[in-house]
Amino acid sequence: MTVGGWRPARIAEVADATPSARVLRLTVPGWPGSDAGQHVDVRLTAEDGYQAVRSYSLGSYGAGESIELAVDEIPDGEVSPYLVRDVRPGDELEVKGPLGGYFVWRPGGAGPVQLIAGGSGIVPLMAIVRAATDASASASFRLLYSVRGPENAIYRDELARTVDPGGVAVTWAYTRSAPSGWTERVGRLDDDALRAAVWESDREPVVYVCGPTGFVEHVADALVRLGHAPGRIKTERFGGA
Amino acid sequence: MAVFSRGFGARRRETDPQLPPGQYLTEDFPVLSAGPTPRIDTSDWSFAVRNENGDLVSWTWDEFMALPIDDVTTDIHCVTRWSKLGTSWRGVSLDTVFDHVATDASFAMAHSYGGYTTNVPLEDLLGGKAWVAFEFDGEPLDPEHGGPARLLVPHLYFWKSAKWVRGLTLMDDDEPGFWEQNGYHLHGDPWTEERYW
Repeated sequence: MTVGGWRPARIAEVADATPSARVLRLTVPGWPGSDAGQHVDVRLTAEDGYQAVRSYSLGSYGAGESIELAVDEIPDGEVSPYLVRDVRPGDELEVKGPLGGYFVWRPGGAGPVQLIAGGSGIVPLMAIVRAATDASASASFRLLYSVRGPENAIYRDELARTVDPGGVAVTWAYTRSAPSGWTERVGRLDDDALRAAVWESDREPVVYVCGPTGFVEHVADALVRLGHAPGRIKTERFGGA
Repeated sequence: MAVFSRGFGARRRETDPQLPPGQYLTEDFPVLSAGPTPRIDTSDWSFAVRNENGDLVSWTWDEFMALPIDDVTTDIHCVTRWSKLGTSWRGVSLDTVFDHVATDASFAMAHSYGGYTTNVPLEDLLGGKAWVAFEFDGEPLDPEHGGPARLLVPHLYFWKSAKWVRGLTLMDDDEPGFWEQNGYHLHGDPWTEERYW
């Protein structure tokens, strides 16, 4: 995989996903396609030449010149407020990628796959859900998605549809507030919740964990404690600014 | 043709000449790891260097702590675009380690508890440029930041500063380590943006 240089990209579509996150659809002429789970660097240039670059996971995968990002606003951030509040269809920026060859899923593996997302960590895992569904592999997939409350779930509607036959099985976890009628515990994922939702360790699933650093550390430690081999747990952490 | 992003730049951050191209300043200490954090007790820890002839030199934790220790203040630069300026570390210089190693090799593969590897040319490890560090900001290094000990090669992107380091294998020829096999540059100089293949 050779990344190549910066490619001009145009915002094709924006959609609010949560009170603080937006899904952006970009058109990138010459985009080489990506594997599910990869990310891109995004470069913004102000009219006076000032530039800033950040990395964002792709919610899309595969061929074609259309890619999708979902960006959660960091209130004191520099780039994410622009992408969540200001950008509109027709605006231009640049992307470089696809990047990352480890936190990816490609069709063909035999064993079960467990996806565990915290907050905006759903984005690369959504790409994997879509790829697995398109590859008719979703029967061996489970997704555990932890959010503060139902309104904070990016891709909530699409994930609700994946419970249809042929979709990936989704287990929700709520850390602050649950939807009405929710009978399970509300709070941080604990060992019991993980044991109930995650493929058993003796089935040797490959586990993808993505989210804020604290979430990923907590979940990955618990998975090791529950008998999952560290070498089968792939992590991607968001941290800092 | 230049691409401008309409209306971008209102919230811009200060630029700093100590910041390599394409990086931004952070006061936090973000974590980048490919898997769970290994928990290694110092009583189980050792550090070993194997030269190109297969000869092994190794230290227990206590033996390693008896080596001369440097105080290091340095900037660090992660390929995921954050940089942190003026960080303070304590560790043993690789020059001190290599005083005990006979080698004509040109490259090293760093090996970590948990299986991580990264390749570094010897010329980037010697000459006061690299350490095995076990304290950050006056405290023992946290496991999530690579404790009990990590490689510190601050003039290269921070993935070269292998967390949970347990040794070096010396090689005549360069070979890619973990991230280098997964899309990242063989060398990783932040000032020339050696980020990706």
